[in-house]
Amino acid sequence: MSPHGNPEVPASSAGDVESSAAKVPAGPAGPASADSGSTSSVSTSSTSPTPDRSVWPLWEVFVRSSRGLSHVHAGSLHAPDAAMALRNARDLYTRRNEGVSIWVVPADAIAASDPDAKGSFFESPQGKDYRHATYYTKSEGVKHL
Amino acid sequence: MTTPEQTEHTEETTGHGDISVGVAGSGDSSASATRITPGNALRPEDIALEVRTGLVKPSEDVAEYALRLGDDALILAQRLGHWISRAPELEEDVALGNIALDQLGHARSFLTYAGGAWEKSEDELAYFRREHEFRSAHLFEQPNGDFAVTIARQFVVSYYQFELYRRLTESTDATLAAIAAKAVKEVDYHRDHSAQWIIRLAQGTEVSREKMIHGLKLVWPYVAELFADDELTTRLADAGAAVEPSSLKADFDRLTGEILAEAELEVPETPAAPGGGRRGKHSEHLGYILAEMQVLAREHPGASW
Repeated sequence: MSPHGNPEVPASSAGDVESSAAKVPAGPAGPASADSGSTSSVSTSSTSPTPDRSVWPLWEVFVRSSRGLSHVHAGSLHAPDAAMALRNARDLYTRRNEGVSIWVVPADAIAASDPDAKGSFFESPQGKDYRHATYYTKSEGVKHL
Repeated sequence: MTTPEQTEHTEETTGHGDISVGVAGSGDSSASATRITPGNALRPEDIALEVRTGLVKPSEDVAEYALRLGDDALILAQRLGHWISRAPELEEDVALGNIALDQLGHARSFLTYAGGAWEKSEDELAYFRREHEFRSAHLFEQPNGDFAVTIARQFVVSYYQFELYRRLTESTDATLAAIAAKAVKEVDYHRDHSAQWIIRLAQGTEVSREKMIHGLKLVWPYVAELFADDELTTRLADAGAAVEPSSLKADFDRLTGEILAEAELEVPETPAAPGGGRRGKHSEHLGYILAEMQVLAREHPGASW
């Protein structure tokens, strides 16, 4: 089973609720439990002596709508830890039968391309039509192409 | 109790069916993460149709029993709905709202079925009965309190309902079995939701732990009533249509005990409250809930919206 307690695992599993994320307090750690084995990569700044208690970290949600298709970004949400993020995602993004599988990823863990670097990053392939199969003419006598 | 016109309800029962017409049949080829389908499941409208066409008709006993289960779910749905826009986080707001809607769905199914015995619609039963005619147990009408109290109430309710519905799927009454089969999956998620929060609140901060302990202490006196047998449940259990509430207790104790142990909490040892909800004797809370829930329907009988 996934380390974060998969809500897709049916019924009976609630008896053995995954507790791997349970040690992460709802909200950033208090002084008594300043990190008791948090597995979450989104730690709310352990350097700060008085962490912001009011904010849950942000998670990005990916939903797979049926077998054979890939996960698609559906949106984001706040949750205290991965296990709750999965459940919140289930409640927020699969209320109308949208999914058969959910991924949640700490928003911090996603590295994004620089929106200002659009030119150097994405314009180079333009005009290079030889990178497309349609550029080439079919060789004579080749079957099944 | 000769209120809303039957025509009103006939129309209503067909109205919801349209949802499936709009989106059904779109193939699985769309990769959109927001593609929606109504899915296939038993709906209250299906039961209403069966009742109306005379396909099913509950016996007086079964109807009385369905009324109990329906009232439990209805009152809880009304209580939980109050959290909408008031939960600690937007995400939790939606979670509690979802659970409330699940419960409302179960209530509609049970009440629609129960109404078949007395030629009453779900709306007539929900909006035009008086306090002493409601058969819900006291736990369900207990105030929301703070978030921990609500979670404690959810914890007890969901573990109780899960054991109940799980067994009811084998009821000799086909409609009760079908409603339970739909409900048990939803209630299973309610169990998970409450268990996750029990563990987190208990092992979070000192304050959250204190509140969790307090919440459990507040709701525990109402546990005993859920598992009390009476003549009706015994009769129905003998016939195989229902289960004796007392037979659920061992599994309830074991499973809730496991979660509480994991959260390093103790099972509260509070004395049981007198109960009486199944006989129509309620605490002071139910009247206020009904006033709010019923006012619109009573002010404008037969109105649709």
